[in-house]
Amino acid sequence: MATLSTHPDCVPVVSYRFGKGATNIDKYLELQGYESARKALTLGPDGIIAEMKVSNLRGRGGAGFPTGLKWSFVPKQSDKPKYVLVNGDESEPGTCKDRLIFEQDPHAVIEGTIIAGLSVQAKMGFIYLRGEYRYLLTIMERAVADAYAKGFLGKNIFGSGLDFDIVTQTGAGAYEVGEESALMESLEGKRGIPRIRPPFPAVVGLYGGPTIINNAETIATVPHIFRLGGAEYAKIGTERNGGTRLFCLSGHIERPGVYELPMGYNLKKMIYEVGGGIPGGKKLKAVVPGGASTPALTADEIDIGMDFDQLGKAGSMLGSGGVVVLDETTCMVEFALRTMKFYAHESCGWCIPCREGTDWLKKSLTRLHEGGAVDKDIDNIRYLAENMLGRTFCPLGDAAAMPTIAFVKKWRKEFEDHLEGKGCPYHRSHEPALALV
Amino acid sequence: MADVTLTVDGKKLSTPAGTLLIEACRSHGIEVPAFCYYPGLSLQAACRMCVVRIEKMPKLQTACTTTVAEGMIVATESPEIAQARKATIEMLLGNHPLDCPVCDAGGECELQDMTFKYGAHESKFVEIKQHRDEQQWSPVVFFDRPRCILCYRCVRVCGEGMDVWALGVQNRGAGSVIAPNRQDHLDCEECGMCIDICPVGALTSGAYRYKTRPWEMSHVGTVCTHCGDGCKTTLGVRRSNDGMDIVRGDNRDKSGINGDFLCIKGRYAFDFANREDRLTQPLVRKANGQLEPASWDQAMDFAGQRLREIRDSKGGSAIGVIGSNRTTNEEAYLLQKFARTVLATNNIDHHRTADYPAFAAALNGKVEASLRDFAGAKAILLLGNDPTEQHPGLAWQIRTSVRLQGARLYVANHRPIKLRRQATASVEIPEDGYPSLIAFLAGKPAAVAGDQNAAAFREALLKEESLLIVFGSEFRGRDIEALVQFGSTLPNVKFACLGDYANSRGAADMGLHPDLLPGYAPLSASGPFAAAWGAALPAQPGLDLPQMFDAAERGDLAALYVVGANPVARYHANPSILRNTFLVVQDMFLTETARLADVVFPAANLYEKAGTVTNTFGDLQLVKKAADRAGVRPDFELIVRLAAAMRADIKRLVSFGQRGVQADFGQARGAQSGEADRHGVWLSAQHQEPRLSPFEPFAILDEIQRLVPAYNVPRLDLLAGNDQHLRPALVQIANAASRRNLVTPSNDTLFTSGSLGSYSSTLRSVLEARQPVETAAD
Amino acid sequence: MTTLFSPALAARFDKLVTLYPIKRSALVPMLLYAQDEVGYLSDPVIAEIAERVGVTELEVRNVISYYSLLRTKPAGKYHVQVCTNISCMLRGGNEILDHCKKKLGIPNKGTTADGLFSLEEVECIGACSWAPAAQVNYDFHENLTPESIDKVLGEYRAKAEKGAAK
Ligand SMILES: Cc1cc2nc3c(=O)[nH]c(=O)nc-3n(C[C@H](O)[C@H](O)[C@H](O)COP(=O)(O)O)c2cc1C
Ligand code: SF4
Ligand code: SF4
Ligand code: SF4
Ligand code: FES
Ligand code: FES
Repeated sequence: MATLSTHPDCVPVVSYRFGKGATNIDKYLELQGYESARKALTLGPDGIIAEMKVSNLRGRGGAGFPTGLKWSFVPKQSDKPKYVLVNGDESEPGTCKDRLIFEQDPHAVIEGTIIAGLSVQAKMGFIYLRGEYRYLLTIMERAVADAYAKGFLGKNIFGSGLDFDIVTQTGAGAYEVGEESALMESLEGKRGIPRIRPPFPAVVGLYGGPTIINNAETIATVPHIFRLGGAEYAKIGTERNGGTRLFCLSGHIERPGVYELPMGYNLKKMIYEVGGGIPGGKKLKAVVPGGASTPALTADEIDIGMDFDQLGKAGSMLGSGGVVVLDETTCMVEFALRTMKFYAHESCGWCIPCREGTDWLKKSLTRLHEGGAVDKDIDNIRYLAENMLGRTFCPLGDAAAMPTIAFVKKWRKEFEDHLEGKGCPYHRSHEPALALV
Repeated sequence: MADVTLTVDGKKLSTPAGTLLIEACRSHGIEVPAFCYYPGLSLQAACRMCVVRIEKMPKLQTACTTTVAEGMIVATESPEIAQARKATIEMLLGNHPLDCPVCDAGGECELQDMTFKYGAHESKFVEIKQHRDEQQWSPVVFFDRPRCILCYRCVRVCGEGMDVWALGVQNRGAGSVIAPNRQDHLDCEECGMCIDICPVGALTSGAYRYKTRPWEMSHVGTVCTHCGDGCKTTLGVRRSNDGMDIVRGDNRDKSGINGDFLCIKGRYAFDFANREDRLTQPLVRKANGQLEPASWDQAMDFAGQRLREIRDSKGGSAIGVIGSNRTTNEEAYLLQKFARTVLATNNIDHHRTADYPAFAAALNGKVEASLRDFAGAKAILLLGNDPTEQHPGLAWQIRTSVRLQGARLYVANHRPIKLRRQATASVEIPEDGYPSLIAFLAGKPAAVAGDQNAAAFREALLKEESLLIVFGSEFRGRDIEALVQFGSTLPNVKFACLGDYANSRGAADMGLHPDLLPGYAPLSASGPFAAAWGAALPAQPGLDLPQMFDAAERGDLAALYVVGANPVARYHANPSILRNTFLVVQDMFLTETARLADVVFPAANLYEKAGTVTNTFGDLQLVKKAADRAGVRPDFELIVRLAAAMRADIKRLVSFGQRGVQADFGQARGAQSGEADRHGVWLSAQHQEPRLSPFEPFAILDEIQRLVPAYNVPRLDLLAGNDQHLRPALVQIANAASRRNLVTPSNDTLFTSGSLGSYSSTLRSVLEARQPVETAAD
Repeated sequence: MTTLFSPALAARFDKLVTLYPIKRSALVPMLLYAQDEVGYLSDPVIAEIAERVGVTELEVRNVISYYSLLRTKPAGKYHVQVCTNISCMLRGGNEILDHCKKKLGIPNKGTTADGLFSLEEVECIGACSWAPAAQVNYDFHENLTPESIDKVLGEYRAKAEKGAAK
């Protein structure tokens, strides 16, 4: 069971109903449930999108694209049916927030999906969960069935004369399927290979129809925006970064957990006050601010407001909200290696720079970590990463390259300490596999 | 679409809107490297080699997925771009075996070329490369995984192009791999398109692998000897102890009527030519009843003398001649001329696979469709036949036009043929239902009239603004007449009649008929031929092929001359009926027919001679000599020698040495055509006769062009290697629709090709490999 | 059609293919559910699913091989998936994995001789704030220590033995 952590600075917006039994539809209704959908019905498409724009909500999946703007890209007229697709593939290392939403407040996702559908006159939505979240599928299926039973889904929803269906769906283990176009491929029963863009999903998406695709947290936030009002919601955050988000604190931290904090919340405070600092009084070495793809910050860089723009300025990204804390005992080469192993494992393999680049980086970093590297290998690692950046078919290549470049740049000394057969100065190595004699 | 103007590398280009940047560049001579992009196949954006810099774009862009836009400013080469490409290649080479010295693709590998160009030769990695054993996926397809650069061309050409979908991509990341449809082997059409399109040596051909290096071969563009589509094929030949061996067939020259395509036969089934059991010496039946090797003079003299005696004693009507579906036009023409003028007989025929005379009569000047027309067609009506099996080249063109141009295909067939998958509409009819279908389409009362589907089919068809009508041997005689009549009521229609072999059409066009002269001239109109040939021609129609066998059985056929045919096997003839007939056979192998012969001459095949052939669509093409085998002679030469041995005037047979005969004798030797033409012009200017040998097929081509109007196409274009569509011609036969129906379709499949096919070990091994698979599958 | 699946699953599949605009959309979940029931994606399972969604077996295999949860070989009754990704690594994920290897006597991707357990090192499973974490089949086990994973494994073993005794 995943539960929310709290701290006095927390502002419960998305988590407003967490821990209150809102998986039960009646309980959900008691807590102002489905009122936002009714309100959205009265606003109509243009009204919904206007409200969304006012809210300054930016996508919680990683890229932080303004949600209202994204919805407005869907053409009004379309020969093909339009769809809403909820991205619950949550696989970015360090991130475990969507899981909490599905578990604690499934109807918020459903209601958000309905509102997104209304904004573009779509008649069908899909909620895609990563395959590992099987228990959440059961919860979601149950919630969807309850919503159908109440007439909130299906024909003539809320007596409005409009129809809207939702299908819940599960993946089967693939990080890349979280990438929006690969997700559509997966939903169409194919390998999760991204699509060529343009055309973008808003114009040609699922089954060739215009499609809204959003992260589960983004979608779950939508009903709350209509509950509070877009302007009120925007006020909570910083300029151009409306509202709150679920931050997942993990790693070397006293009180790891998922906390809902306002956008722009200071990272240092987040670590030392909300998270209770570093266990054992150890020193901070680095923070990965937004999931494994975001370039790590040094201890000197953490006095920063956690929003898309401030982190962008600092050369990193807010990403998916996964804040991973590394103390002074962490071997950065090992950390870089583990990160790269992940990308090599998850690269879909479609394009050369990502497929081959992640594989070679994994091999080179392994060799470096184990003490088999030579001087030029460090430059080589950086060379490979820099030559992947911006050249790959989809952003997974960038996600692998960006943190790697930061690791080499900011902690080069640690890389050098591994040279000349010395291996890991932190004496970290794990049995590769148990020898079975 | 309107043109847009853009700037590439400082040059202003103008190109239709919607064009891909890479194509716009290529069509203006700017080469943008590409592994995954392949014209006509879906876009991948996978290799990242085509990256270019477009002004106002933050990142490098892939030229293969960017469409041109007005005012776009593009750089295709710069240090930044070169670095990107270099790094991409370095990453690829990290795990590439670099076994170029033993790789089949060495020397014609796009990865090698790119490495050379971008200088990614120093290895950045020290890791051990992963080795994996080469896998054999089918008799013709081998896969060497570490060499694969995952450009997915093979997957697409097999799926999108062939509609076979036998190749897939499995696993992900660096473990990604191309996989065949039956886990460890392929169950497919074995076309080898995947091998051909592979930019590196990852997919290699069973027929070619490890045989030679590309630069040790000469490459000769000629025409496939198998089906009636007449695909252009490039043969790679290499000198051997007893001539020139064919080591490879491919279509590296995409200029042919087949575009990118070759089927298994065009690509691999040349191997009969290199067989050990080929005849390389004349054979003569000795007193002991055995066929034994003899010298050329002995054999020729013997055959010539006997034929002469028989002609002089029993008359030409006691002699029969059977020609071939696979010899050149010149040979077919020469053979009937020889029969009619030297043997003095009209008893001449061949294995008929389509009713071309009825087609010619029905067309009578109307337009026939070239195979090229199918690639650009808007709508096609396919009646009968199964092109996927019998006309793979046509099937490819049809699929291509459906896929790339949205052409509409209408299929009417009595079998569930594969091309229905491409059809906009299809009707299933009984095997004998074609005539009534045509009647129905023509709006006449017919049995199918009540059928809703047929009605919708007709309605859609009649709306087409242009249409290619192509029909199989289900149509003959009056049915062809009715079909052409119906078709002619529609706007912009072209017709095509499907016959089976490389020169089935030419055999019919050149007069291998007992009642028709070249160009379907009836015997009653033999005047111009008699005049040109300087001989009186037999006036009565001769015996057709079954009649010759009947006559032989009765003891009325004293001699039979068979050139490049195996009628005993084809018609399941009882060998004993020929026991009293003096039998002369020209062939590559000791076929069922040759075994019965009194004299056998070892003949060259289509790949070992020069001349022209006509495909079933009336596309006339040049055949160039590629291979050679010591001991064999082209049929052309054998006919002339036989005539000489009969003491005929061979100057009359082949008009060599006569003033006014324009012929290119360079082509016959496989040299460049321009040179020979220059010689001809110069010699005439000097008031010298061009020196022609009596074995020069181009002297006969000259004659054909003069006497058969349809063949009077621009000769220089033809000699330059361009296919020439026959000219629409009026023919004079009146009884075409009511002639005896002798069409015997050979019903070949993708993996058979008449008697010739049985001598191809590739085709045999594929057939054998498929047997157990099919039984194991159930 | 004759089916390899239980009536309930077959009925679920019959419905699944009707939910989407195209049948093929049901493929990925179908494979996962079939695997849950059969244990792995055997050749006959692949053949039946190919037919149900109307694609070739090759296509189905291409898809299977892409997704890391899908397998074409049997695994243990309890498939222990230990996360060693960054958040878990920082809190002892590797030690948990090593511990499991020793305890079960199998390497990564191995299966115990009795077929009860199989072990796999996996990527982030979405439990980072409760690291280190593992999944046994679909059940999450979080904030693990070598002692607590021992207990978890013991419970599964007991469950299996109880099942066998019945
Ligand atoms: C490799 C890769 C993995 C991704 N994984 C996820 C994911 O698991 N969940 C998610 O919501 N977005 C993921 N994204 C981002 C999506 O592509 C997309 O931007 C997002 O779902 C849009 O929703 P938003 O605008 O609400 O953020 C991923 C992107 C990439 C490139
Ligand atoms: S030989 Fe032809 S049919 Fe067979 S796999 Fe290759 S492309 Fe496909
Ligand atoms: S086998 Fe050849 S054509 Fe196919 S993906 Fe590999 S390199 Fe490309
Ligand atoms: S389609 Fe016909 S002509 Fe073309 S390669 Fe095949 S057999 Fe030869
Ligand atoms: S040719 Fe453009 S990416 Fe391969
Ligand atoms: S890193 Fe282990 S669950 Fe996320």
